[in-house]
Amino acid sequence: MLGHVVPVKTYVLIFSALLALTALTTSMAYVDLGEWNTVVALVIASCKATLVVLFFMHLRWSPRLMRVVVLSSLLWLAILISLTTTDFFSRDWTPVPESWKSSLLRLPNLPPSAAQTVMPRPI
Amino acid sequence: MVDAPAAVAAAHQFEDLEQQHEAASLGMWVFLATEVMFFGGLFAGYTIYRNLYQPGFMAGSHMLNVTLGALNTAVLICSSLTMALAVRAAQLGKRRAVVTFLILTMALGLAFILIKLTLEWHHDYLEGLVPGLRFTYGGPTPKAVELFFCFYFTMTGVHALHMVVGLGILSVLVVQAWKGRFGPQRYNAVETAGLYWHFVDVVWIFLFPLLYLLGGRY
Amino acid sequence: MATAAAPADLDTRVHYLNADYGIKSWLLTTDHKRIAILYLVAITFFFLLGGIAAVLIRINLIQPNGALVEPAAYNKLFSMHGIIMIFLFLIPSIPAVLGNFLVPMMIGARDLAFPRLNLLSWYLLMAGGILILYAVIWGGVDTGWTFYTPLSTTYLNTNVMSAALGVFVAGFSSILTGLNFIVTIHKMRAPGMTWFRMPLFLWAIYATSIIQILGTPVLAITLVLVALERLFHVGVFDPAVGGDPILFQHLFWFYSHPAVYIMILPSMGVMSELVTCFARKRIFGYSFVAFSSVAIAVISFLVWGHHMYVSGQSIYASIIFSALSFAVAIPSAIKVFNWTATLYKGSVSYQAPMLYALGFIGLFTMGGLTGLFLATLAVDGHVHDTYFVVGHFHYIMVGGALMGYLGGIHFWWPKITGRLYPDGWARLAAAIIFIGFNLTFFPQYMLGYLGMPRRYAIYPPEFQVLNVMSSAGASVLAVGYLIPLIYLIWSMRYGPVAGPNPWGAKGLEWETASPPITENFEHTPVVTEEAYAYDE
Repeated sequence: MLGHVVPVKTYVLIFSALLALTALTTSMAYVDLGEWNTVVALVIASCKATLVVLFFMHLRWSPRLMRVVVLSSLLWLAILISLTTTDFFSRDWTPVPESWKSSLLRLPNLPPSAAQTVMPRPI
Repeated sequence: MVDAPAAVAAAHQFEDLEQQHEAASLGMWVFLATEVMFFGGLFAGYTIYRNLYQPGFMAGSHMLNVTLGALNTAVLICSSLTMALAVRAAQLGKRRAVVTFLILTMALGLAFILIKLTLEWHHDYLEGLVPGLRFTYGGPTPKAVELFFCFYFTMTGVHALHMVVGLGILSVLVVQAWKGRFGPQRYNAVETAGLYWHFVDVVWIFLFPLLYLLGGRY
Repeated sequence: MATAAAPADLDTRVHYLNADYGIKSWLLTTDHKRIAILYLVAITFFFLLGGIAAVLIRINLIQPNGALVEPAAYNKLFSMHGIIMIFLFLIPSIPAVLGNFLVPMMIGARDLAFPRLNLLSWYLLMAGGILILYAVIWGGVDTGWTFYTPLSTTYLNTNVMSAALGVFVAGFSSILTGLNFIVTIHKMRAPGMTWFRMPLFLWAIYATSIIQILGTPVLAITLVLVALERLFHVGVFDPAVGGDPILFQHLFWFYSHPAVYIMILPSMGVMSELVTCFARKRIFGYSFVAFSSVAIAVISFLVWGHHMYVSGQSIYASIIFSALSFAVAIPSAIKVFNWTATLYKGSVSYQAPMLYALGFIGLFTMGGLTGLFLATLAVDGHVHDTYFVVGHFHYIMVGGALMGYLGGIHFWWPKITGRLYPDGWARLAAAIIFIGFNLTFFPQYMLGYLGMPRRYAIYPPEFQVLNVMSSAGASVLAVGYLIPLIYLIWSMRYGPVAGPNPWGAKGLEWETASPPITENFEHTPVVTEEAYAYDE
């Protein structure tokens, strides 16, 4: 027999936990936690994802190499998001004359149909 | 009923079935790593814009239906359970169970897509919230709300596309399972399809709070 | 050691080339060696197309007011040149041709882990190529290969969508090839072939595959967003509706910087093979070279912002990217030092592959050093978007990657075809290429420093002399590239038959017949010695 066979009970247990966490995250959204709402939602999502990956995707019983693959992909995603964010969030640190500031951080209050070029174009 | 063909041989490039099994698993995990980066680009863009245009993105997010989103999350979690049970049945050579669980998984996947298409997206279209097709939101910060919905439809759309591909794969597997192709020595296809399906579930597990719940609904 | 019969019975012996006949046996093959040949033919065709675009560009630049084409057409030419050369030639080249052929052989396997996926990779490249050709022929693309927004999304009415879709599809070819190699190298090494007994070419391919796996999907999704923006006029990257063009640049360069390492790493891998064989010496510092390959792959993902110093990126982010860009030069330098140390007191012979290798080491070093100039914020402010950058990346991609590719093709040609090519002509061609290359691209460093912008169809008259020099060099280079095309094809029919190991090289691929049988080895080899055991 190749691979590990997981008992049905384990699957049902994890399944119940996932449903419970879904109910939890949904209900927590209606509670005023200010800044922490986002953190709570993402933490619960991470827990759910971890359960799916470890148990449904059998990572718990898989060779170490698979864990390296999973962690690497998460690390790379973190690199993409973090280094990109350093740009956007340090732009304000350099003083720029008012007249130079782009409209990026202040959206013009244009109706949706404005600023479209009407060039017919091939695909 | 246990799968009982003549001796199952590994494909010619492999030394034995175990090597073939390990290669198939590693191959799918590596592919899932590419999918993490594929969705990751969207997550990166969403993160940036969400922080730049918080009021607009919150306004957009509040126009989504949390009940339907939560329902869809539950549907996908159920489908992950049935998929895991399908893989288990294939490992044990239980032909009818494999077919049953695969069909259940497909039904739940289809339900997800139908809820999304008919109840959520169609509703958004009627409300005039689909950028490029029909966007008539007239409240404050319309551009930011439009940007939010760009990401909403792109992210859920790409996700739904992956689900449709998953349904295609599962339908092929159902036919093969019905013909008794899978057994204890020969269930790589079901297992790797399972990995793909669970991954699509994991993506939704993050999409749901990111799109529907971020910032709270109080 | 060698178990193949005497060379004379090339036509009577059954091997992978004559095991089956007919177009179906090629187009539906799952043999990694045949797929490598399919790739070879395809990318040679794309190289010729990209080369034609280059010729037209250089002809146009002979005169300050444009000798050949209008600026609008010129924009299409350099876009076409970049897209075809990068996505349809350089990125597949060594991995898909030499990698496909050699990876299973070097590890002692019968094929890659997923042979049918390998064939699919080729078809995806073909499909991507056809889409890009359609874009080019039906009116052209003029965004440059970088597809910057909002030009590409809002302000152009050229075939951006089809070109972007072509790149998207070709990208999946690259992803699947990388996936195949990673699984193969992890799971299918022959008994005794530990990680540290592998030829360094495999380490390079492995590192390249990591980049392909983790970087290409980001480009794919970015092109999807560009397409959505073009189709539905939604403003993900359009400032007028709140989008940020710099976000596009972040997402684009997150892939495209590591992409340049996809292009150079395999070539570095070839270097390790050539330098050891033609100096008849073990590689100096095996583990340093191996770890450097992986280090390059990892650090390459941390430096993409150096393409955006003047785009509006925050200066603090630019500083971080600049420092990291200096770091990525270190493993590359380590490799150059190690190859040089390998040559030292070696028994060096100067056949064509070695000439390409020596050319690589010198030209790549120059290109790499100019990369450091560009990584420096202050210098880049002056030379960004000038011909200095064009000179820099051509030194790396042509002086580096392409020389490595040609060196590898010459080195393994006897293994692939069972024939020897005429080495006299090969050395002549290598020399012509080296001379033509420097004549073409060295003046471009000077032009850039003097201030001539890139992607301009016209220029101030004071730059004409250098431009004419560069164009003259390009014609020499073109001749240099055509010569191998002729004698290599000639050799397939009329070249002397090669034995299993005409170079006396070390490596599992040399211990089987030339050309190999379909299953590569009569019996699975068992590895007992270290790589490059030349002084045994």
